[in-house]
Amino acid sequence: MAQIPGKMVLAATACLLVLLGTAGAQGGGELRFCLRTEPKTFDPLKVADDAAVSIRYLTGGVLLRMNRQTQALEPELAHSWKVSKDGRQITFKLRSGLSFSDGTPFSAEDVAYTVQQLMDPALHSPTGDAFRSGPGPVATKIISSTQIAITFPAPVAGLDRLFDQVPMMSAHSPKGEMAVLGPFMVADYRPGATVLLKRNPNYWKADAQGRKLPYLDSIRLDIQPNRDVEMLRFKRGELDLINSLDSEYFDKLASTSPQLVHDAGPSLDSEQMWFNQVSKAPIPAYKKNWFRSLSFRRAISEAINRDDLSRIVFRNHAQPAAGPISPANKFWFDSKLHPQAYSPDAALKLLETEGFRLENGTLKDREGNAVIFSIVTNSGNKYRERMAVLIQEDLRKIGMQVNVVTLDFPSLIERIAQTFDYEAAMLGLTNMDLDPNEQMNVWLSSAENHQWNPQQKSPETAWEGEIDRLMRAQAASADAKKRKESFDRVQEIVVEHAPFIYLINKNALSAISTTVEDASPVILHPQTFWNAERLTVRAAR
Amino acid sequence: MSVFRKLACAVLLLVVSLSMAANWLAPAGYAKQYRTQPNAPPTRQHWLGTDEVGRDRFARLLYGTRISLLLAPAAALISTLIAALVGGLAGYLGGGWARIAMAVTDLFLSLPWLFLLITVRALMPLNVSPLASVLVTFLMLGMLGWTSAARVLCATSRSLRGSGFLLQARASGIRGVRLFLVHVLPNLTPVLYAQFWISIPVFILSEANLGILGLGVAEPMPSWGSLLKELEGLVSTGEEPWKFAPLILLVLVVTSFQLVLSNREEMAA
Repeated sequence: MAQIPGKMVLAATACLLVLLGTAGAQGGGELRFCLRTEPKTFDPLKVADDAAVSIRYLTGGVLLRMNRQTQALEPELAHSWKVSKDGRQITFKLRSGLSFSDGTPFSAEDVAYTVQQLMDPALHSPTGDAFRSGPGPVATKIISSTQIAITFPAPVAGLDRLFDQVPMMSAHSPKGEMAVLGPFMVADYRPGATVLLKRNPNYWKADAQGRKLPYLDSIRLDIQPNRDVEMLRFKRGELDLINSLDSEYFDKLASTSPQLVHDAGPSLDSEQMWFNQVSKAPIPAYKKNWFRSLSFRRAISEAINRDDLSRIVFRNHAQPAAGPISPANKFWFDSKLHPQAYSPDAALKLLETEGFRLENGTLKDREGNAVIFSIVTNSGNKYRERMAVLIQEDLRKIGMQVNVVTLDFPSLIERIAQTFDYEAAMLGLTNMDLDPNEQMNVWLSSAENHQWNPQQKSPETAWEGEIDRLMRAQAASADAKKRKESFDRVQEIVVEHAPFIYLINKNALSAISTTVEDASPVILHPQTFWNAERLTVRAAR
Repeated sequence: MSVFRKLACAVLLLVVSLSMAANWLAPAGYAKQYRTQPNAPPTRQHWLGTDEVGRDRFARLLYGTRISLLLAPAAALISTLIAALVGGLAGYLGGGWARIAMAVTDLFLSLPWLFLLITVRALMPLNVSPLASVLVTFLMLGMLGWTSAARVLCATSRSLRGSGFLLQARASGIRGVRLFLVHVLPNLTPVLYAQFWISIPVFILSEANLGILGLGVAEPMPSWGSLLKELEGLVSTGEEPWKFAPLILLVLVVTSFQLVLSNREEMAA
């Protein structure tokens, strides 16, 4: 019998050891992309900035998760949940046998601890603010180690959806906030340079074949505020994706590598302009009369060519806006609304009904004042500056002289929120949440962000009073259908009275390397890595 | 005059002439938007293509050149006059006056210009026409840009104090303002000329920097600053060399100014 040589035995043993060694690692590769700012915190309850939101999404384990593609709520750490009829209580049934990244077991006690932390006034949690429906404490009742009931002092609209933003924290782990239940955990952080996330070895999910998720070994997040550098690095293959892309960059990249770019359609973001209607604003009384005139505002809206804004400024990567809610928000968008048609002739007719008249190409009001006003916007945003130039030309066609003023952001905010020393403003609204409750601070007449006339003691117009009533009604109801009816009416009133003149909804543009597999960009944040746990990066680079 | 200086003079003359003829060379004007052709490459109709909102780049370059070339010398004149008054008088009077004047000059020199201009812009009324914004921009540049010239003039003026012709004038009974205006100021003229010429390219560049930051000249009026702003970002310039036209013109004009200026400096010396 032939003997097996000793060298062959050694080689076979070495191969076996290598195979055993790699069995633990799944070889999903490393995903690399940029954060545009430094994350301000790793505490998931204190998160307020985009970079920290991205890290929270990748590391935090939540009870319920909104599927970014279907916009439906799906069970995560809780396998089922129930909201009481009065909208004050939610009961979760948790999955059993789960543990945090450091091995600490997860139970209802951790949920209670997280909720107490979240609602602690001393913590000033921006996420917690959405749950503050009324005065009084939030009660948590641990029914068993896998069941918990949370009771709020007043009804919270869309209560279950809010838990999408609340990662569970461990009540007992010595690692505190760094012990996570999400697919990844923070392994290394170099301020100003990189955040390295590694696979959470205790992550509870597996795919249909029983393979543990996530597939990726790690995610490297480079902190890079310069978009040109980000683009350059992506082109060189040093990055695997760009989560949010400008239309100009998109087209440039599309012209050379169309397979890398993705236009997911209209996003939740909108661009709008409004006129200053604040009573105490230091602007002439006759201008205040213009800005408070419904016909004036509607005429402006009709005189703006939104198709041109979309086609020229955003290179067709935007859609004319119909109203406050983008069609991207499938449930809350009021399908009865349509973008305002461009009609300078109709705008002029509307203005004539208010006593305006065109004299030698100049529009004058009833008292003979030429219609001249300024639009302020923030300097450095080239898309907004270009929109302002197009609007300036559109309004010139109906005899209005518009002066475009760009200001640095602090000066702009001071004028629109404190001194009210401006005439018209143009800014954008970035929506992270689908639920209209997030916009309470915009629509209530007493709110600070009720931009055209903030902090009113009581509604100054009947329609603002009606919006207040409808917003409060929808917030107090747990019935989704009734809430939708109320908020549809809010949208219709806003379009009818044009306190905000909605211009466009930008498309969600992204770039993804062909080495990334199973990427499916969506319109909701995080557009490209919402399914990070199922992404893989091929090694070939 | 060397060949280079002659060439520089010819370039300046040509650029000024072209910008003055903007009304004839680009009759549609700088604000007309050809909305069906945004971002167009150069064609027979649009020699330098169109910008992001469809405006003719060539027309905007001509009008922008006119604005920058007309107002930069105006700002230079303002700053040179202030410098002559502050620096020249300080040097002439000497003593405590000179110390105070130079302390004020140093204070102005130490001011962070950019933040000051941002603050001034934020404080200004919003409803100013584009033309007024142009005038205000260059006025601010002129009012703030006198400090370096004042130091030079102060030193020159001080060196004249002990000169024989001033002693003789004083001995003849000439005093005060008349002595300064008749005997000191004419002797500062070569330095004043040099400072004036030096300031022009400085103000052109300053306005260009302000334009890049979104300050300065308001839309739709063009200036070299607002035209150069298009060069922001790698992706917008790489494959579109015609976008470099304002930059090339700026370099050409500033270099020509420097070449002409070197002749002036030699004359002053």
